[in-house]
Amino acid sequence: MAELITMPKLGFDMAEGTLVRWVKAEGDAVQKGDVIAEIETDKATVEVESSYSGKMFRHLVEEETTLPVNAPIAVIAEEGEEPTQDDIDAMVKEAGGEPAKKKVEKEAEKVEEKDKEEKPEAPAQEEAVEEEDVTPAGGVRSSPLARRVAEDKDVKLAKVEGSGPRGRVVKKDVERYLEKMQEAGREVQAEVVSEALQPMTAFSVGEVPEDQVVEMSRLRQAIGRRMQDSNQNFPHFYLSRAYKTGALMKLRKELNQLLPESDKLSVNDFILKAVALALRQYPNLNASIEDEKHIRRFGHVNIGVAVAVEGGLMTVVVRDVDQKPLRLIAREVREMAGRAREGKVRNDDIQGSTFSISNLGMFGIDNFAAIINPPEAGILAVSAVQKVPVVEEGELKVGSRMNATLSADHRVTDGAEAAEFMQVLANYLEEPMRLLL
Amino acid sequence: MSRMTMREAISKALWEEMERDESVFIQGEEVGLWGGTYAVTKGFLDHFGEKRVRDTPIAEAAIVGSAIGAALTGLRPVAELMTINFAFVAMDHIINEAAKLHYMFGGQFKLPLVIRATSGGGRQLGATHSQTPDAIFAHFPGLVVVSPGTPADAKGLLKSAIRSDDPVLFIENATLYQTRGEVPDDKDYLEPLGKSKVQREGDDVTIVAYSKMVQSALEAAEMLSEDGIEAEVVDLRTLRPLDMDPVIESFKRTNRAVVVEEGWRSFGVGSEVASRIYEQAFDYVDAPVKRIAQAEVPLPYNAKLEQLALPQTEDIYHAAKEVLYG
Repeated sequence: MAELITMPKLGFDMAEGTLVRWVKAEGDAVQKGDVIAEIETDKATVEVESSYSGKMFRHLVEEETTLPVNAPIAVIAEEGEEPTQDDIDAMVKEAGGEPAKKKVEKEAEKVEEKDKEEKPEAPAQEEAVEEEDVTPAGGVRSSPLARRVAEDKDVKLAKVEGSGPRGRVVKKDVERYLEKMQEAGREVQAEVVSEALQPMTAFSVGEVPEDQVVEMSRLRQAIGRRMQDSNQNFPHFYLSRAYKTGALMKLRKELNQLLPESDKLSVNDFILKAVALALRQYPNLNASIEDEKHIRRFGHVNIGVAVAVEGGLMTVVVRDVDQKPLRLIAREVREMAGRAREGKVRNDDIQGSTFSISNLGMFGIDNFAAIINPPEAGILAVSAVQKVPVVEEGELKVGSRMNATLSADHRVTDGAEAAEFMQVLANYLEEPMRLLL
Repeated sequence: MSRMTMREAISKALWEEMERDESVFIQGEEVGLWGGTYAVTKGFLDHFGEKRVRDTPIAEAAIVGSAIGAALTGLRPVAELMTINFAFVAMDHIINEAAKLHYMFGGQFKLPLVIRATSGGGRQLGATHSQTPDAIFAHFPGLVVVSPGTPADAKGLLKSAIRSDDPVLFIENATLYQTRGEVPDDKDYLEPLGKSKVQREGDDVTIVAYSKMVQSALEAAEMLSEDGIEAEVVDLRTLRPLDMDPVIESFKRTNRAVVVEEGWRSFGVGSEVASRIYEQAFDYVDAPVKRIAQAEVPLPYNAKLEQLALPQTEDIYHAAKEVLYG
């Protein structure tokens, strides 16, 4: 029995999505769980998995088509099954969609093709059966461990070359592949930097490039909408403070000496933990405007971390940060940020934050203020840790300092409370052993 | 610590336990006047007397059967079978009585019995006297089956077996009697029954073995080390109850394993260990577990053929390489 695949709803606020690419062509065999298409939403590019096994019988839409959620996008048929156009129209109608017209002309071609293919089709099927005997489920010969590692690291086993017997992919192969990808990533970064060094030689006056009007990506549009809404409708106020970071930097160094390369902690991981613990004490800042008469104080402390991605930024969410150890926080941020940069975020990665942090320290920024990420009540803008002259006990010394600016929603909180929060944050950041307890 | 052979370690364990507890006595073929077929009980008769060092007829059913009776009355017999091949004659007593009495009498009786027996081939004793049927006995709930691979473990485990209230089959590999090692002198040195032990640490491949094969595995590990491969050798020590924890812990690090036994492969210790690895650590499997065991033939008498049929150090070395795809 043929089945319809529809545009999935990938978030409570998703109304429509753009089918950007078909992964399975018409006629391809499809296993339940296989990725059949890529879809772009406001927030990310995500993969659509098939809920059925069979073959991709018909694409109902072309690539780059934007559709509302639950709109039919494809028909999966069982092996040997040939639903007619009427069957498909009936299915689509039942699903509440418009019958797909564009495929009608293809139907005729199909019949012709079918005549041609009739003869080779039978042996081809036999071959497929034989192949099934030697190729395990999923299509890639691999060890259970390799499969698990690949899943953890979001690696497609099909892309990995296997070194085991008969090409079996083992853990080592997945690790090698990851290393290779990382190196490739580094090269790309290096190129970007070198490009930045040569703008003047690229053209001379007289050969000024034309203005370009570029289409905003959906992500760009989404950022624009949300930030405009926040900046216009949320009464922001800002509090800045310089934090002493000597002890924090020392502790981080000591901890990192104990940790493998893959698990090293960043300054931001400590800040996440400190902010989460401080929020636990100031629930009013871990909140949201519910309606005109209510404020929702969140039970969970889920911190959103702004991650720069191509063409914009995304906020990945670490859940229950107040309860997690630093290593776990570090790992989750690293993994989610990685997925965000690759455009492969999962829905859970970007939803449910109750407070956000934007850190531009790595760019050497001295001070900045961020726009609140709605519907939250606050965002902390964190700048670089710097060596600065400080006066301690009447003497001029070299100290380690980091500026941070809180943007808070005045409907939810006030200056004094927010200042206390910044004070408590100082206790955690300046005596960072507290973050390990 | 003293350096001694496994023979001396076993002898010491028996001697110390007989000194410590008057209810411990030994019986078997030639354990008294002759001092034991493998000279384990030399000097015991003179020291402990005929009442506690009892020579028996060549009648294994009687040796085990009477020992069971003695154990039920509260004594702590150590019955010696010249080789485990002769245990088949006493099978009904071992399996239907020793392994079940405590259970079938609802725990009213304890059975503090130890049956010692030598196992293993390699000494040109022919097919009927060279078997390693350890796994058969490990099949039956109710019987504790112990088989040490080092002199220290032999002492500590035998002492624990004698002090245990459960029936214990204590299997000694005859070719290990001359193996030397450091053994604690402490009269209360005990090794726990039912606990596997890591005899050598390594992160690349796990070699699981027991009894004589522990020594072969340690030799293979040294060969592998020269190639830059560090093998972890886990000694099962007790086949029932089987302690998989160190094996699983190790396998989760190495993701590769070779299981070695001197007995036959089919329905053997390696099959059991491999199955449990798949059950308990499936997501850590990076290569199929490899079993090394005796060739599936009655053991040949011819010395060269006999060695070919028995698992050798080189077999373990090559198997480790194979599971490492190296």
